[in-house]
Amino acid sequence: MSFLIDSSIMIISQILFFGFGWLFFMRQLFKDYEVRQYVVQVIFSVTFGFSCTMFELIIFEILGVLNSSSRYFHWKMNLCIILLILVFMVPFYIGYFVVSNIRLLHKQRLVFSCLLWLTFMYFFWKLGDPFPILSPKHGILSIEQLISRVGVIGVTLMALLSGFGAVNCPYTYMSYFLRNVTDTDILGLERRLLQTMDMIISKKKRMAMARRTMFQKGEVHNKPSGFWGMIKSVTTSAPGSENLTLIQQEVDALEELSRQLFLETADLYATKERIEYSKTFKGKYFNFLGYFFSIYCVWKIFMATINIVFDRVGKTDPVTRGIEITVNYLGIQFDVKFWSQHISFILVGIIIVTSIRGLLITLTKFFYAISSSKSSNVIVLLLAQIMGMYFVSSVLLIRMSMPLEYRTIITEVLGELQFNFYHRWFDVIFLVSALSSILFLYLAHKQAPEKHMAP
Amino acid sequence: MASLDRVKVLVLGDSGVGKSSLVHLLCQNQVLGNPSWTVGCSVDVRVHDYKEGTPEEKTYYIELWDVGGSVGSASSVKSTRAVFYNSVNGIILVHDLTNKKSSQNLYRWSSEALNRDLVPTGVLVTNGDYDREQFADNQIPLLVIGTKLDQIHETKRHEVLTRTAFLAEDFIAEEINLDCTNPRYLAAGSSNAVKLSRFFDKVIEKRYFLREGNQIPGFPDRKRFGGGTLKNLHYD
Repeated sequence: MSFLIDSSIMIISQILFFGFGWLFFMRQLFKDYEVRQYVVQVIFSVTFGFSCTMFELIIFEILGVLNSSSRYFHWKMNLCIILLILVFMVPFYIGYFVVSNIRLLHKQRLVFSCLLWLTFMYFFWKLGDPFPILSPKHGILSIEQLISRVGVIGVTLMALLSGFGAVNCPYTYMSYFLRNVTDTDILGLERRLLQTMDMIISKKKRMAMARRTMFQKGEVHNKPSGFWGMIKSVTTSAPGSENLTLIQQEVDALEELSRQLFLETADLYATKERIEYSKTFKGKYFNFLGYFFSIYCVWKIFMATINIVFDRVGKTDPVTRGIEITVNYLGIQFDVKFWSQHISFILVGIIIVTSIRGLLITLTKFFYAISSSKSSNVIVLLLAQIMGMYFVSSVLLIRMSMPLEYRTIITEVLGELQFNFYHRWFDVIFLVSALSSILFLYLAHKQAPEKHMAP
Repeated sequence: MASLDRVKVLVLGDSGVGKSSLVHLLCQNQVLGNPSWTVGCSVDVRVHDYKEGTPEEKTYYIELWDVGGSVGSASSVKSTRAVFYNSVNGIILVHDLTNKKSSQNLYRWSSEALNRDLVPTGVLVTNGDYDREQFADNQIPLLVIGTKLDQIHETKRHEVLTRTAFLAEDFIAEEINLDCTNPRYLAAGSSNAVKLSRFFDKVIEKRYFLREGNQIPGFPDRKRFGGGTLKNLHYD
């Protein structure tokens, strides 16, 4: 009986998460495009829904809601479904839509997408070999095998994003790094841009006029096509067309220059807006936060290095450590069990919410930057895949932040994974990502001012 | 070479609708082989005979400025784009017949180009909603072109064409529907070619033959910091 009630609660919450994913897709991601293949929207919302349900189950675990056996059952079921989606469905559809975009292979779409999927599975499997993630007791198609590989990919992604985010966040918040941009700089660049456009126009006018006179005289300008065309053009070439190719080359160079100038001008406008924003109250608040985050970032890098160098994996979670410290050193007595439950709930809740929100924002920005009307389906599916893997590995890593008594269910459900390996791997990739982001931002920052100081 | 007079026509629309293919077809009478993303603005020139076949025939250069990007771009990109909207004589609005959103976005595109009385920080004063009065007052000739006609199935054609007819009516403009990969839609003598020619003639008329008499009231010139520093930059 209680199992039925629990299941219905779970199903209702799953439908709610699915609806939220659907709305997010429609309102945010695809707001400039038309959804022609509803399959894509369904897959995205389903992946989002099941990932959120996993987090919900963790919260229920901490709070002790629902029957523990029904929780266990739902964990297993949820995990199976998510793995099915991430390993079978989404890659297959990605392959299908990629193949649909290529006109040549249009007829045998299904065949080629199956081939692509098989290639994906092969590399996915090979991924697990160099890592010591699994004790060899398990069969080929067990949950542990699949999860271990998904975990590796997801943890790598998480660490890359965290590393870059930890460095980029203070860089964007703090106004110390803002380049000084004046209106005259912008005006100067715009003037150069318009001059370049005018030069392009005058050359194109010559070309258009030349083409017109050639057309009226009866010569048609043909680009040499094919092998014999090229041989012919070596010996006989109309003087008009030679001229045209020369001008065309100059025009190409000028067009490249105009593109560069356009991008630089947009950059200057963006910096100017940020300077104005930083003078407002909100801007000052974010500036202050930026200093705070930079200290946090330095501390995290330091901790990651210590962890790797001294080969140390934290045994206790921050909640229990915090309580221990307050009880032992500060002498404050309170009911450990009660408080540990609530504090870990709040802490884990905050981690979950910020990571979901952060990921969705990053995905949206990424999607706007690189998608076009042709590739939007493929990109959204890739994002759904990344999102699913990210959330699955968050569950793996969150285990570290929870007190022992709540860790059991994750350990039970996920089987005998070498959790320590994942934390070590996270630290390594985080360090690499943070250090390379620092290098990259330093180079970009250095290079920019010289460009704009041009006379 | 005698330098001819020129007019400037903007080509606006969402990314991926086929503006670059269209401009290439109009200027070089050839189909564009490898369309790629337009960054910034690409210009091409078409030689047009004003009042062709009559004694007053005169040749003009028509500059087609193909501005890339989307309506939802960051405001810094919009401010940069705005530099191309200076002294425009005509606007061609391009939408994709297979994508309804691109047709709806045309209202926002036209607002962006026509409402050039901007606050210096580049923030648009209207929120992009359709305002019939704005189009009634508008002195700049508009033309609406729908692309990818070949991808619309025969059975759906009537419905799509009715929708686009309403769209063109809202803009008080003519409309042309074609496929940019097939030059026969603009073959000489076809109704599309006639509409195009009429549009260019109207643009040239408004630019050169109305100005001599009366000043067009309220012709929006872009107000920017620095005033008239950009006026005399055209080389010929």
